[in-house]
Amino acid sequence: MSAPTAEPAGSTGVRWSVPLVLLVLLAAVPAVANAADMGFVTSLATRIMIYAIAAVSLDLILGYGAMVSFGHAAFVGIGAYAVGIASAHDQWNAAVTFPVAIVAAGAFALLTGAISLRTRGVYFIMITLAFGQMAYFTASSLSDYGGDDGLTMWGRSELFGTTPFEDDTAFYYVVLGCLAGCFLFARAVVGSRFGRVIAGVRENRLRMQAVGFNPYVYQLVAYAIAGMMAGLAGALLANHAEFVSPSYMAWQRSGELIIMVVLGGMGTLHGAILGAIAYLTLEEVLSHWTEHWRVIFGPLLILVVLYARGGLGRLIGRSGGDG
Amino acid sequence: MAEPILVLEGLCKAYGALTVTDNLSMAVQAGSIHALIGPNGAGKTTLIGQVSGQIAPDAGRIRFAGRDVTDLPMHARCRRGLARSFQITTILPRFTALENVAVAAQAHDGHSFRFLRPAAAEARLNDAAMQALETVGLGDRAAIRAGALSHGEKRQLEIAIALVMKPTLLLLDEPMAGTGHEESERLVATLEALRGSLTILLVEHDMDAVFALADRISVLVYGRVIAEGAPDEIRADPEVRSAYLGEEGAP
Repeated sequence: MSAPTAEPAGSTGVRWSVPLVLLVLLAAVPAVANAADMGFVTSLATRIMIYAIAAVSLDLILGYGAMVSFGHAAFVGIGAYAVGIASAHDQWNAAVTFPVAIVAAGAFALLTGAISLRTRGVYFIMITLAFGQMAYFTASSLSDYGGDDGLTMWGRSELFGTTPFEDDTAFYYVVLGCLAGCFLFARAVVGSRFGRVIAGVRENRLRMQAVGFNPYVYQLVAYAIAGMMAGLAGALLANHAEFVSPSYMAWQRSGELIIMVVLGGMGTLHGAILGAIAYLTLEEVLSHWTEHWRVIFGPLLILVVLYARGGLGRLIGRSGGDG
Repeated sequence: MAEPILVLEGLCKAYGALTVTDNLSMAVQAGSIHALIGPNGAGKTTLIGQVSGQIAPDAGRIRFAGRDVTDLPMHARCRRGLARSFQITTILPRFTALENVAVAAQAHDGHSFRFLRPAAAEARLNDAAMQALETVGLGDRAAIRAGALSHGEKRQLEIAIALVMKPTLLLLDEPMAGTGHEESERLVATLEALRGSLTILLVEHDMDAVFALADRISVLVYGRVIAEGAPDEIRADPEVRSAYLGEEGAP
């Protein structure tokens, strides 16, 4: 039996087939884009995968733990700023800056989670939003590092003198590797003892306390893990854009991450990746078409929520023939 | 007689002007099945809540297995061997029946900060869970999602979850509530088979079950114990008859 998830029983085939197909398709993107002479597609796909990492990390706590964090973009932003600020001090080594980014985001998650997780429901949403905005305004006030305007990096991270991030195609595969790694790690966590406790607390907190678990401790660790993963996404994002900005932490970004998870299907992990692809592709296509693209996007989202409960992941799962 | 496993001393709990537990003292002997009866609103579930740690008493002490546990949270009391079932079914609906019990076994088998190994493949947890399910007669329903079980089966599942923790004291809050006659009989048989291996504090409205099982009965009215004794003494007590049995003798 699979671990308890939000997936319908009998979708074990989908559990691996959808992620595998995704991996193959994503791996083929740079070659196809180069052949079609559309290099910008590789860059767009890189950005999509970076947000997919953040969305997977959010799904870990939102989909499996029912912790609706409305400040998730702060972790991404802190990871990005760690790399950006390091570059301003001429520290380019990814072996230094990436761990710093991950630990900094994780520490922020641990600190804010320790307070936020004492609340439930709407209060949790509001307090995580508040912490997210605190991070946003703190970044805006960093006048030494660009303040409101953001901070331009004059290049990408190095790795002990080599430059694996410099070439767009090579960087693409670095990001794909990170996404695959995060996905596999998240999937392992979800099926582990720890993941079972997290899902159990989502199902019935009182029941889990009554069998001897302290839900707070487990939720806090999950929150920190998600924060660290989002911090990695931020470190990659800074390298991709060669620029960091407070806008990475704005509450709208946190909302977009929630939309990606809901759009793709909560509590599936691969749904979060699908959601990131769908959201950012639609944004790209529709915004080229009209600047009022949200007018079209809004109703589309409502349709998905109304008629495709469980999101895109579930739709694909259904047509996959598992009945 | 040995030292009681559970001692309540001067327990008080009020919600505003409503006193639900009124300076209540009682003791439960180790290895016994001790029933707690009383009319609706007598404060039985609130008392179970205080013993389990879900509700903090306003005053008084709770001693369990020789230690004062009054200030311990629910999960910590649980780790010391105190398990409970709930009056309102409290299960994990999207977990299978087996997973519901296995996660309870997990809480009492090492730590749960393991992030990579699949829990579903841990034979020790699954075996313990399966054994508990078979004890309550749910062996063939192990793979069913708990939310899809019948009401009676959910009640049995609650018992299995409690049993897999191998508690020394089991608090059962109306385990027969809403179950059919056959299911009640099966549950009585299950509890009867457990007699002596652990202590049971049983809150129950089903008087057939109470008088069949209990070694000792406490009668709770308006938050205080008005009578306590062997089943025969309780049945003959005129005060109990007027306060409770007469009034609800034929439900």
